Amino acid sequence: MTQLLQQIINGLSLGSIYALIALGYTMVYGILKLINFAHGEVFMVGAYTGFYAAGALGVAGFEGRNQAFPLYLAVLVLIIAMAAAALLGMAIEFLAYRPVRSAPRLTPLITAIGVSLFLQNAGMLLFSPNPQRYPAILSEVRFELFGVIVTNIKLTIFVVALALMLGLHLFVQRTWTGRAMRALSFNIDAAKLMGIDTNRVIRSTFAIGSALAAAGGILFGLDQITINPLMGVLTGLKAFVAAVLGGIGSIPGAVIGGLLIGLAEQLTAGYLSPEYRDAITFVILILILLLKPEGLLGVVRVEKV
Amino acid sequence: MRALTRVAVAAGVLLVIYGLQFGVEAGFTQYVQRIILLAGINVILAVGLNLINGTTGQFSIGHAGFMAVGAYGAAYIGVQLAGPVHGLLGLGPLADAVVFNLALLAGAIFAGISGLIVGMPSLRLRGDYLAVVTLGFGEIIRILFNNATFLGSATGYFGDSPSGLPEYTNFFWVFAWVTVIVLLIHNLTFSQTGRSLTAIREDEIAAEAMATPSTRLKVTAFAISAASAGIAGGLFAHMQSGVRPEDFRFEKSIDMIVMIIVGGLGSISGAILGGIFVAVSLELMRDLQQYRLVLYALLLIVIMIVRPQGLLGTRELHHLLRRKRPAKPAAPTEST
Amino acid sequence: MSLLELRAVDKIFGGLHAVRGVSFQVEPGAIFGLIGPNGAGKTTLFNVITGVYTPEHGEILFRGQNIAGLKPALIAERGVARTFQNIRIFRTMTVAENVMVAGHHLHKASIPAAMLRTRSYERDEQALRQRAHELLDVLGLAELAGEIAGSLPYGSQRRLEIARGLMLSPKLLLLDEPAAGMNSQEARTLNEQIRFLRDQLGLTVILVEHNMAVVMNVCETIHVVDHGETIAQGTPAEIKTHPKVLAAYLGEEHVENEASA
Repeated sequence: MTQLLQQIINGLSLGSIYALIALGYTMVYGILKLINFAHGEVFMVGAYTGFYAAGALGVAGFEGRNQAFPLYLAVLVLIIAMAAAALLGMAIEFLAYRPVRSAPRLTPLITAIGVSLFLQNAGMLLFSPNPQRYPAILSEVRFELFGVIVTNIKLTIFVVALALMLGLHLFVQRTWTGRAMRALSFNIDAAKLMGIDTNRVIRSTFAIGSALAAAGGILFGLDQITINPLMGVLTGLKAFVAAVLGGIGSIPGAVIGGLLIGLAEQLTAGYLSPEYRDAITFVILILILLLKPEGLLGVVRVEKV
Repeated sequence: MRALTRVAVAAGVLLVIYGLQFGVEAGFTQYVQRIILLAGINVILAVGLNLINGTTGQFSIGHAGFMAVGAYGAAYIGVQLAGPVHGLLGLGPLADAVVFNLALLAGAIFAGISGLIVGMPSLRLRGDYLAVVTLGFGEIIRILFNNATFLGSATGYFGDSPSGLPEYTNFFWVFAWVTVIVLLIHNLTFSQTGRSLTAIREDEIAAEAMATPSTRLKVTAFAISAASAGIAGGLFAHMQSGVRPEDFRFEKSIDMIVMIIVGGLGSISGAILGGIFVAVSLELMRDLQQYRLVLYALLLIVIMIVRPQGLLGTRELHHLLRRKRPAKPAAPTEST
Repeated sequence: MSLLELRAVDKIFGGLHAVRGVSFQVEPGAIFGLIGPNGAGKTTLFNVITGVYTPEHGEILFRGQNIAGLKPALIAERGVARTFQNIRIFRTMTVAENVMVAGHHLHKASIPAAMLRTRSYERDEQALRQRAHELLDVLGLAELAGEIAGSLPYGSQRRLEIARGLMLSPKLLLLDEPAAGMNSQEARTLNEQIRFLRDQLGLTVILVEHNMAVVMNVCETIHVVDHGETIAQGTPAEIKTHPKVLAAYLGEEHVENEASA
């Protein structure tokens, strides 16, 4: 029983990270009907930015003296990474996606694949292809609860993810830009005719999604201890499956999808075999696309003929 | 009479290829010969992939999986057949030729069947979703081979001899198969079936309204392109001493996509040029291995922004030479 | 037996009840008009008849057999051809190729035969090309056979769509706003062409159209829908003065004003 609880806790924390990344996919797809293949790489860049920022702020020193990295510095690292990712996301949108926005659907797809590839390999050149140990931005503290081991890192993941998702929810519901984002996801042309600056809204969407992914990247680094330039490929794909599972275009869907994928992965690794932890995501992807392509919370779109 | 002419022409072509083989083997270094063989294998991959991605407009990005199925299939069957065939025909080039080609055909059949299995459910999906599902299937295939103990798992399959798989692949076989596959796919593309596939690419709904059995044709085209990749896989396997799952990662699928995008999505001659381009650039950048993918990535992005139709668009070289009607190149088109 | 019969057909899209209990019969050899204000559900009806959508309720009997919910390709094979409101020709293919695509029933050759270019394949291909040319000729497009379809002027594109549909050797032809964008001269020519299709080629024609000059002139029976429901059916003369039809097009007030004037 405790084994099950342990797996569930682990699965949910992993799933929270997937949810943060999935939000970016779902928001961009909702508006542009584009799978932003490069989003996984933004997640990776976020993690690395955290890595280098923590280094610059002297995390090694604190580790050496066996002291905890100050909380305010940890928050600073998070903010820096989120800001950097937001800038990267906006740059990608402006340089690679905007020029092909009106092209037939296949063209942006190939462009997105190209950007993803580019960032992966640029990452390997810039950051070294070897895995790096993630700095202790948060020092690990373990405690036992009902026989289950919970670390402060897992708790942090839950808290940060929850806070960010809540923030996003408020943003989308209460602010003008948020409402504009929703409008664009329904009908981008009508939104344009209503005088909404679609370019600005799209830019914001990329910025927000990227910032969330970066947060996910730092949390991932804290949780998994090592990062490498190709970490975005598999994790990005899993987060994408999560977005599809929940219903692509749906924000609550991305959250639910992320948690479910995290759980499925953890339970598969724990009870079936660790070899298949990645495969289960592909199986879920195929099942979902064949059985209910609009996802759990998605809406079936009828094509006008 | 007609059949006789055709057989004569075929024999003639094979003779020419055989003759060229001597020239190539004498005149070029091992290194260059390898590039030439890889170029030929790439051409088979590209022309096959172009049938489904280009002509039919159904974007598959996991084709490395089918190449893997063909490679493993051909290698395994080749090993099983070697004994019986050598028993019947003795040792020597004839027996080898029989084993090799039967193995290649077996690999192609396995690959074609896996194409059917993947295609049937997937081709109901549109554009982006189809791409992701094919990516998923490609990875699943690779993971399966990675875990298949009787095929050597991650270490790879080396047959049952200490020196690994027999190296049947040479200039003659590669280019004989290139000729066969390019010819068959060319004939298919410029036939009623090819017209139907193009119609599906242009406007699937209109095509269906004109009685085109679109799902059946899409799946068939997918299976044929998978079978092609299978032949390429079989040829590739017998150039190395073994077949390893890592030869068929997503990067391989990306290589295939670069081939057809650079040449022009929808053009057979474009696919041929693209296949050659990738083989050559692969070798030229052997020292700059880590830059190769960065450059491919930039190439994809720049092409999409600046010239999405690639070199030839959907035109063929012989169209340009004949100065046919000024055909408007169709960049990747809607698949609805 | 009527060629096409709709019985209480319903089509619902989520919250929108696009077609409500529509029924009508089209006799063989008729030129049948389907009219109604914008958004009335006319094109939806075409889409339901041709299998693009499956109706929630009701039957669609073509030559006595229910085709509701069959796939479009099957329905086309049985002899129902259509054109589209926003022309859906295959823009990058040539004019001749556009027509040839629809010639599946003439081309028995299999894929291996196509790959190997067998003699029977070549024969079928010849026959197909010939038939395509005949049809292009009928619609006055023979000279344009080698042109890229997308480069044709609008009116020719519309005629190409009809030629393509004729390749199916259909019994029933559904024309979706064939007169869109035409001036009165072109509309008159269209009327002649429609009559020709019925008189010389034995087709039954159903027409969705907004251009009243065409509708009133060439249709023998007119069925009027509004908000998905049938509001009238009759000859052009009857429909022209039918109060419900006038109300639907001109608004209740206007009709009342007219009546009291």
